[in-house]
Amino acid sequence: MKFGVLQFPGSCDEVDALYAARRVGDAELLWHGERDLKGVDAIVVPGGFSYGDYLRAGAIARFSPVMESVLAFARDGGLVLGICNGFQVLCEARLLPGALLPNANLRFTFRQVQLEVVEGDTAFTCAHRRERDLQMDGYSSVGGGSPIEGRSTLSIPAKHSWGRYYADDATLASMREHGQVVLRYARGENFNGSLDDIAGVCNEQGNVFGLMPHPEHAVEELTGSTDGLCIFASMRTAVEGARV
Amino acid sequence: MSEAATLPGLQDALALGLSEAEYELICEKQGRPPNQVELAMYSLLWSEHCAYKHSKKLLRTLPTEGPSVVMGPGENAGAVDVGNGLVCAFKVESHNHPSAVEPFQGAATGVGGILRDIFAIGARPIAVLDSLRFGEPHLKSQAVPGSARSRGGAAGIETAEAKGESGEAAGEVAGAGAGAGARSRYLLDRAVAGIGHYGNSIGVPTIGGEVYFEAPYEQNCLVNAMALGIARREQLVRSAAVGVGNVVLLFGASTGRDGIGGASVLASAELGEDDDKRPTVQVGDPFEEKKLMECTLELLARGLLVSLQDLGAAGLTSSASEMASKGEVGIDIDVSSVPLREADMEPFEIMVSESQERMLCVVEPANVGAVLELCEKWEVGGAPIGAVTDTGQMRIFKAGQLVGSMPVRALVDDCPLYDLRPVKPQGTPFRAPQALLSPPKKAEGDAAGSLDAGMAGGWTGNELLLALLSSANIASRRPLFEQYDSVVQSRTVRRPEQADAAVLAIAPHGTTKAVDGVHDTGAAVPGIAVSIDCNGRRVAADPYTGTVAAVLECASNLACVGARPLGTTNNLNFGNPEKPHIAWQLTEAVRGLGDACRALEAPIVGGNVSLYNESPPTRVSAGPIYPTPVIGMVGELPDVRAAGRSGFARAGDAIALIGPFAPSLHASELEKLWGSELPDGLPAIDIDAVSTAQQVVREAVRAGTLTSAHDIAEGGLAVALAECCLGGGFGARVSLGEEFFGAEAAGAPGRGAGGSCISPDSAVAPTFVDRLFGEGSGAFLVSGEEDALRALGALAPVWILGIVGGDVLQIEWLPRAQGGASISLTLAELAEAHGALAVLFA
Repeated sequence: MKFGVLQFPGSCDEVDALYAARRVGDAELLWHGERDLKGVDAIVVPGGFSYGDYLRAGAIARFSPVMESVLAFARDGGLVLGICNGFQVLCEARLLPGALLPNANLRFTFRQVQLEVVEGDTAFTCAHRRERDLQMDGYSSVGGGSPIEGRSTLSIPAKHSWGRYYADDATLASMREHGQVVLRYARGENFNGSLDDIAGVCNEQGNVFGLMPHPEHAVEELTGSTDGLCIFASMRTAVEGARV
Repeated sequence: MSEAATLPGLQDALALGLSEAEYELICEKQGRPPNQVELAMYSLLWSEHCAYKHSKKLLRTLPTEGPSVVMGPGENAGAVDVGNGLVCAFKVESHNHPSAVEPFQGAATGVGGILRDIFAIGARPIAVLDSLRFGEPHLKSQAVPGSARSRGGAAGIETAEAKGESGEAAGEVAGAGAGAGARSRYLLDRAVAGIGHYGNSIGVPTIGGEVYFEAPYEQNCLVNAMALGIARREQLVRSAAVGVGNVVLLFGASTGRDGIGGASVLASAELGEDDDKRPTVQVGDPFEEKKLMECTLELLARGLLVSLQDLGAAGLTSSASEMASKGEVGIDIDVSSVPLREADMEPFEIMVSESQERMLCVVEPANVGAVLELCEKWEVGGAPIGAVTDTGQMRIFKAGQLVGSMPVRALVDDCPLYDLRPVKPQGTPFRAPQALLSPPKKAEGDAAGSLDAGMAGGWTGNELLLALLSSANIASRRPLFEQYDSVVQSRTVRRPEQADAAVLAIAPHGTTKAVDGVHDTGAAVPGIAVSIDCNGRRVAADPYTGTVAAVLECASNLACVGARPLGTTNNLNFGNPEKPHIAWQLTEAVRGLGDACRALEAPIVGGNVSLYNESPPTRVSAGPIYPTPVIGMVGELPDVRAAGRSGFARAGDAIALIGPFAPSLHASELEKLWGSELPDGLPAIDIDAVSTAQQVVREAVRAGTLTSAHDIAEGGLAVALAECCLGGGFGARVSLGEEFFGAEAAGAPGRGAGGSCISPDSAVAPTFVDRLFGEGSGAFLVSGEEDALRALGALAPVWILGIVGGDVLQIEWLPRAQGGASISLTLAELAEAHGALAVLFA
């Protein structure tokens, strides 16, 4: 299983994503100027400020050569994960529904947030066993969320200025219908004002997923939490399951 | 000389900040009057900012060598050995005047500048910290929390004026205060946004910092930024230009008119009231710098550069001249080869422009092609603009025609150095802070009184603790640091408010990839810790002792996470050194800095000096700032998995106070709330006793003996207890016995060296207020197994104070019959008071 992590000028979290992916498989960086995806099994569009984000977050990156290949890859059902700026890029590229607006507080905000797993059976959350009773588990702020044990909330840091998720009513209704709302901010955690507390969404086919929080920054106890690992582990499970 | 016809004269020199004598010396060095290009370059390189005219002699007295030092002062940044063939590069720099004029860009480019200093020596930046100073935000009008109000904290504050003692003054200042507070809040808001804008966008975490609010900073805020980087020792590159015939290549952003004259006009003179200097503030572009950083690091990794220097203050002028000076060579530059933003720029403008995100390097002719290719890959501009020569001259050409020629030595080394004429002022030159609480009536024989009685001006312990927790200098910094990315690069083991110092694992990435950045392999995870600090009010009260205290505070912060100091950087923020009392502050501070760093074996590896931090007196602030020698200290941890935390974390743990506990109200936060004049001097500090306590705490943290460790600083023991409770979400029950308060405390179990640093006036039996809210160096509040804590008594003074648990902070002392009393507040009440700064960003 090999992950490909895109690298744009202005990407900041691509190496973090590379290391996170390497905890569950192989991974390498894919330069924005090249179209060759080097036979990777899944794509990670990392966080940062691609091309400086001067026009609008993600607005320029979607036109880069590598993104042309990613669009084709996604159309063929390949797994694509967009984190923070990557989520913005995927929305700009219309691979994901909705858009990301400036935070309600109009400030860049860093916070360790608790996420509720709404859809536990997607290619990005299947390594995570959904528990019906949230209270049984509670919102632990640190760690414990290993793929093996599974939990119904994830503790993952979020850090962005443009993270307020928005979609029109029709889109939202259809997303709910098709189970595309994958992650929600837990009660009291929605600091950016996202519609319906939405933190992460997938496309209708379920092979493209984007979220504002940073699972690549929650992959070891030492730096705060391991809850983000299950996103990468799920992708591995999905890819290798598909092979069998 | 083409411009010989239009030679500038003495008047132009004076306008550029040179003295008449300096101008004459320049003519002598040149053998003729300098032309426009030459005068512009001399005026910058001979400015205080570049030449350290008033501080160089003092700085030579500082300790700069030690076993860990790899690169000392003089390079773009200092560096210390952190093991495994790796070094940590770090430096702090100020961007005060630009930030006072345009806070967002001033602060942003301050971060950009210090980051360039780090990667200019070949290190990948891994962290930023900031040290900020602003005027009073005047929180009291809207910030003191409701429950505090009901408990009397705010009620007390309101009655402060009503009570009359400070009523008139307070009333008047509150009027002036509203406007002043608005400006301070604006500067804070924009400076924090600027720091975040740059650091967040470039992928370097902002992992710590500090901010103080004091009236003397109102017109002249301070914005100091510190950066750290990691490099393989052999990858370090120096700035000395070498190899006659090698190409001088400029890469990064193009050159425009921004920041022209910044170093001489802005940084080396007092601020006026007008904003007409705004055009001299540079504009930063973090995206450009991100590309420049990656490009630079790849150029170095490929071994394509002979030497490297970033362009900061004084732009091409200083970087080229300093590279030539260090290499004892000459450099020719043709300004017509410099990529410009505006076509019609004069040669002197190109030479002095402070456009950001540019680097200058020396390249062997054969490698120029490869360098330009890499620049293209990273979408960074690059152009050969000159060559290294053996002439010993800085020669500036325009399309091949010579427009300026100066001896490198004259430019860089021959600027006259001035002796300071220090004179200790009679009494403090600073006005008393505005009273927020009515001060105590100093009744005779009241020394042993309780907090309920007159001793504390009628305030109860609850009221004083809440007032301190909600005061601008003590309230939680969360509203600030939540605007910074503190985790990018996956190194951050201790984030802000988790511990007294930030802790970083050296892995995973940058220049080292231990097991592809996977730490949890069962092996030890080596790391570094960093702290930045300076309480300017204490330095103002006693420049020597206050500076010693600032250095010790950093080392105490490191001790609390289990780190041993490796090296120190500093930024000396002072007023006009030509004034005798400022010269005295500077001289005393540098003496304290040297003594403390020698005692801790934490040599100075680099730093910066920012003088002339003065502005026209206003009703609330006199001209000069509090003398503020900001200290940044880096330490090493053998294994960050054992890094300490500051918050209580386990119910049932014993709480102990370790170290020489010699609290005094001198220049304390409580005295500030009371509106007291600054004292003339602080109690002496026993540096060795403090250093011993730091070692004891450090080793105990490393050994895993302590559940938590927090040093007692602003607000004293009571505030430290509250912070430990809030940090871990646990209450605490503390009972202070007679021996803890009485003068016989000196004989308390385990008490040793501490006795020697009891303050002179504590011959008078220390009062409860002193003990609970007094401040001093070297005391720590720790928690853990009681037996283990008692055992530490053999090594340093130790008092067992109480036990962790519940959701209430309960501090009791003595039976009421003996004037005893208590503090009792829930975590919710403490948290609400501690959250007072939130309104500044609402």
